[in-house]
Amino acid sequence: MRTLTKLDAPSRATNDLDDATTRVREEQQGRIKGDGPLARGTEPQETPPAVSRGGAGSASAHESAVKHVTGRAAYIDDIAAPADALHLALGLSPVAHGRLTRLDLEAVRARPGVVDVVAFSDVPGHTDIGPVFPGDPIFVEDEISYAGQVLFAVAAETHRAAREAVKAAIVEVDEQPASLDPVGAAGRGEAVRPPHVQQSGDWQRSLADAAHVIEGEQFVGGQEHFYLEGQACLVQPTEDEGVIVHTSNQHPSETQKLVAEVLGIPFHAVTVEVRRMGGGFGGKETQASPWACIAALVARRTGRTTRLRLPRAEDMRVTGKRHPFHNRYRLGVDAAGVIQGGELTLIGDCGYSPDLSDAIVDRAMFHADNAYFLGEARVTGHRARTHTASNTAFRGFGGPQGMMVIEAAMDDIARRLGEDPLTIRKRNLYRPGRETTHYGQTVEQVALLHHVVERLEASSDYWARREAITAFNAESPVIKRGMALTPVKFGISFTAKHLNQAGALLHVYTDGSVQINHGGTEMGQGLHTKICQVVARELALDLETVRITATRTDKVPNTSPTAASSGADLNGMAARDACLSLKARLFDFASEHYALDREGMRLEAGALVTGAGESERRIPWGELVQAAYLGRVSLSEKGFYATPLIHYDRMTGQGRPFYYFAHGAAVAEVSVDTLTGEYQVDRVDILHDVGDSLNPAIDIGQVEGGFIQGMGWLTSEELRWNDGGQLISDGPATYKIPTYGDLPPSFNVELLQGHPNSMASIYRSKAVGEPPFMLGISVWAALRDALSSINDYREAPRLDTPATPERVLLAAETLRHRGESTP
Amino acid sequence: MIDFLLNGQPRHCAASPDTSVLELLRDSLGQTGTKEGCASGDCGACTVAIGEAGPDGTVRFHSANACITPAHQLQGRVLATVEGLARGESLHPAQAAMVECHGSQCGFCTPGIVMSLFTLYEDQHADGTTPPALLTPQRLEAALGGNLCRCTGYRPIRDAALSMGDYPHARPAWLEQCTDAAATSPSSPVEHHGDSAFVQPESLAELVDERTYHPEAPIVAGGTDLWLEVTQRLARFARVVDVTRVTELNAIEEATLEDGREGWWIGGAVTYSRLEPLLADHYPAFAHLLHRLGSAQVRNRGTLGGNIANASPIGDTPPVLLALGSRLWLTGPEGERELPLDDFFLGYKKTDLREGEVIRATFLPRHEPSRHLRVWKLSKRREDDISAVLGAFGWRLEDGLLHDVRLAFGGMAATPKRATAAEAALEGQAPSAAAFQAARLALAEDFQPMSDVRGSADYRRLSAANLLERLRLVMAQETTDAPREVMLHAYAH
Repeated sequence: MRTLTKLDAPSRATNDLDDATTRVREEQQGRIKGDGPLARGTEPQETPPAVSRGGAGSASAHESAVKHVTGRAAYIDDIAAPADALHLALGLSPVAHGRLTRLDLEAVRARPGVVDVVAFSDVPGHTDIGPVFPGDPIFVEDEISYAGQVLFAVAAETHRAAREAVKAAIVEVDEQPASLDPVGAAGRGEAVRPPHVQQSGDWQRSLADAAHVIEGEQFVGGQEHFYLEGQACLVQPTEDEGVIVHTSNQHPSETQKLVAEVLGIPFHAVTVEVRRMGGGFGGKETQASPWACIAALVARRTGRTTRLRLPRAEDMRVTGKRHPFHNRYRLGVDAAGVIQGGELTLIGDCGYSPDLSDAIVDRAMFHADNAYFLGEARVTGHRARTHTASNTAFRGFGGPQGMMVIEAAMDDIARRLGEDPLTIRKRNLYRPGRETTHYGQTVEQVALLHHVVERLEASSDYWARREAITAFNAESPVIKRGMALTPVKFGISFTAKHLNQAGALLHVYTDGSVQINHGGTEMGQGLHTKICQVVARELALDLETVRITATRTDKVPNTSPTAASSGADLNGMAARDACLSLKARLFDFASEHYALDREGMRLEAGALVTGAGESERRIPWGELVQAAYLGRVSLSEKGFYATPLIHYDRMTGQGRPFYYFAHGAAVAEVSVDTLTGEYQVDRVDILHDVGDSLNPAIDIGQVEGGFIQGMGWLTSEELRWNDGGQLISDGPATYKIPTYGDLPPSFNVELLQGHPNSMASIYRSKAVGEPPFMLGISVWAALRDALSSINDYREAPRLDTPATPERVLLAAETLRHRGESTP
Repeated sequence: MIDFLLNGQPRHCAASPDTSVLELLRDSLGQTGTKEGCASGDCGACTVAIGEAGPDGTVRFHSANACITPAHQLQGRVLATVEGLARGESLHPAQAAMVECHGSQCGFCTPGIVMSLFTLYEDQHADGTTPPALLTPQRLEAALGGNLCRCTGYRPIRDAALSMGDYPHARPAWLEQCTDAAATSPSSPVEHHGDSAFVQPESLAELVDERTYHPEAPIVAGGTDLWLEVTQRLARFARVVDVTRVTELNAIEEATLEDGREGWWIGGAVTYSRLEPLLADHYPAFAHLLHRLGSAQVRNRGTLGGNIANASPIGDTPPVLLALGSRLWLTGPEGERELPLDDFFLGYKKTDLREGEVIRATFLPRHEPSRHLRVWKLSKRREDDISAVLGAFGWRLEDGLLHDVRLAFGGMAATPKRATAAEAALEGQAPSAAAFQAARLALAEDFQPMSDVRGSADYRRLSAANLLERLRLVMAQETTDAPREVMLHAYAH
């Protein structure tokens, strides 16, 4: 039997493109056994072929759904702790930049209920907990780099006592001017990492030769994760020198490493457990670790269970956000508006330390083309250092910020040429002959990209509505309508190659029940549900037979973060690998034990089946498992997976960083009140590509949720700092994520059907966590479209984000004045 | 001690006066199904349903944010939480619909959403009609606007709300047995632990007495603002005076003022939710504003008196009341007095309230057919947001001329304030483009707004002036052929 595992053995020589190309072709031709078409759409229309109730492909409910709605699903702060457990509160820097000249904690220690106080000098091991590059001190030693940086921690009998005690600290700071402007910082060479360049061809010549040169500039705002469950952890000291860490965390293995290093103990003494998160979105990839390190420190010092939960305002001040970006472009286009080449400059505001910023700005660069061929282009990415919290991973990981620049350019080109923006977008889509990105990767599914755009163009009735909108705007002086179709092409894989691996651990117990564990974490995205479905499908069991357990570093070690949309791709394959190995062992056993023909042996609907027709024999799963146990056959198996083919050479800025691309497109229609800047989203149509869906209900949930979150990023979610660098939008009263009424009244979301992944991903599905986020760009482009009507579509106004009513009004006002001054 | 029913079980708990319902549930009672998302009443993750037996003995619920609800206010009430809805393994329709519609992803906001749906469901079935009352988009928005969900994008939650009526009607088993709420005693003796007390007077006389001896003790009604002092700034209150049970402060009474104006005295502790039906009948523009004031959880608890006494420059109701020519009835140790609302706000968060005084009632004049009112609120998000600018405009049109023009704004000055110069520019004029141009220019004399997290000074100046332009267009619509649409329907009323 040909298996995916064999097919996808890690490539030996990463730069051996010929070998890689051959293998890709093999994969595309080889339709893997058992990977038939699955049910799609919100309702399951077909039964998955493996005859497992609830298995991969069906719209099963989230594995914790009933626990969610009854309040039984436990989050970190719900875990019961011993009566003597300690509660931590943090002392934070009041200023953005300066030197700590005095930190007197005597009065803190004397406060009622206080048991321990820790600061920089109390750390036995590493004091730098930077995840990839150094630069993140666990506590301030002397240099203060942002307002909210942690100075010390207080452990007390109650949370309230700890928080009150913090106020008794004497903190003296030699305050220095804060650098808060990333453009200025990049200009002065103040960067957390060196700049990076990707270049294809002679970009200067393409500008010199172009029919039109179009340029623009934009500010793209950051975004607070606003996971509903804030950062939290609970640490229990163990009987040896170690700790058990319960944490709301996307990267347990990294936390294990950092906790061990901070305590100065071996990794095996630290166990990290994550059952579920109340939302992560990237905010708990690196930035959940500091709290675990601090709590572990106190737990070891006191020998008591220690809890650390950040109050919302502190959570928002202390942790990094989506990177704000300043983008500039200068593009040469031909007479038809087709890009010939040019220059794109992206400046990411990284905050005070590297964190993941190198990879994030890289990903912005990888997506500065979105779905369009850039021709001969140079893309430069700067990593500016400013005195704010260290900006970090957030759904899309820089990709959305990169796409914004080219989507702005599409509208600007259209206005310059007097064409509809959709026409210009379609002309610029990757197509045969124009299918290589500026970093050298071939876009394989160009036909699919066109198909998605064209189908949505038709299903959303784009051109008829365009006519109606134009007619409406001509008659309506105050209310202006706008519409935009924007595509998404998003690269799937970690760009840090080594992270593209995963492990799983499968146990079958003697009653036939199955337990699966893997390296991914559940943050609401339905990963655990999908993994259970993969196992159920592989073993042909009902979904109820398979149970998943909390992610633990002592079950599956050395795992990658659950990030980059890769959770199901990587861990699903690892779980499948474990199933395949176990299955092979059971088949070997059965052929001998029952004297059956090994050839044609299969699992079907809870039984091992051989032969066909009269010679068919069925051995129920439970009986098989019992017999195997008595026959001393191991019923436990581990699985492993590493993504093949991918490579990227940072020296040349060329390679194939992505295993494949996920595609989608959205059409948004808005109405804008040009007197107040208020607007409403009237209708949204989405067509999104998830390959063959692992679970259509979960995937639809990701698409819709991602879209709304992306829309929030570009509309109402505004981060504001005062001149001193203190975040003043530090709670839901001042930071407005979308709420119920922001759901468009007409919201048509569809998964693309009949287009399995061209790569041999798990059951030919595609990653779905991040790509739909960028569908929200359609709302921003629609707002610009509505505003353009003020000037008879002669120009698209600059519209920085978030496009709050204030920014929309000011843009409208600018256009009106310009319109008055031109004849 | 606090005596109440928690999901049907009698509870008898000790708690300090500044304990919240959420702290009581999670820290004292080990009931962790109710989550803390923000501890400021903005996210709805801690939503619970608080029930009270009506005159007919049946329990009616309202949703509330447990994080900013004083625990002592549970005295004699029925508290329903997410743990109490299912009958054994059989889910309540609100829960079953959420599972079926894939309404939860990370699940952290889910208990709050389930409780908002439960309250909506109970409300739908309140008058015993079958089929249950219809869920209009407005009603759904009112019920769910206060529950933030960061994962789903709300569509499946909407579907769950719409489909919960398809399940066989069900209530928690315990609720069927406690319809008369006999298990609890609504009386609430004042408790003293040294100086510490949560005082719950039931009459105005008791309240005045308490205020005479303890004028420094903070007054709480809904707690939607005061309790943030506890959760965000760690304030400690040894003594709190709860006005929600004072009979006189809960009254809505018809009255005629000395100047002959008819209307109602709205008791200081009347919640927005209770006020809403009256406003819907008489001032749809004001009622519409209430839909955008906080969330259901906040409107169920916040009071008109609190919004005025708080004197925030961005409180939503004071500009409307200024435009309506409202009056206040104050009561205190020195006796009673009445004054125009115009004279009440003295400076930033500073009022004319004297030591120990409370707002007994606010006068809402009866709507006269010749008088018009428009209220427009500008904020980053339509629902559950605080105003950047709020404009409330009242006028009469007589023989084509504007009279009694009252233009009041929030967010433009240190207090809610009338734009007297702009009013003067319009008074006695025809609603012409020229008159409104003069009014817009006069706004610069009236206001020097500031920049803050909600908007820049420039935006405030420009949008306030543009609201006057919108007002002109609205007036013109009734007489000439002005543009059909001058504002978005999501914001219109």
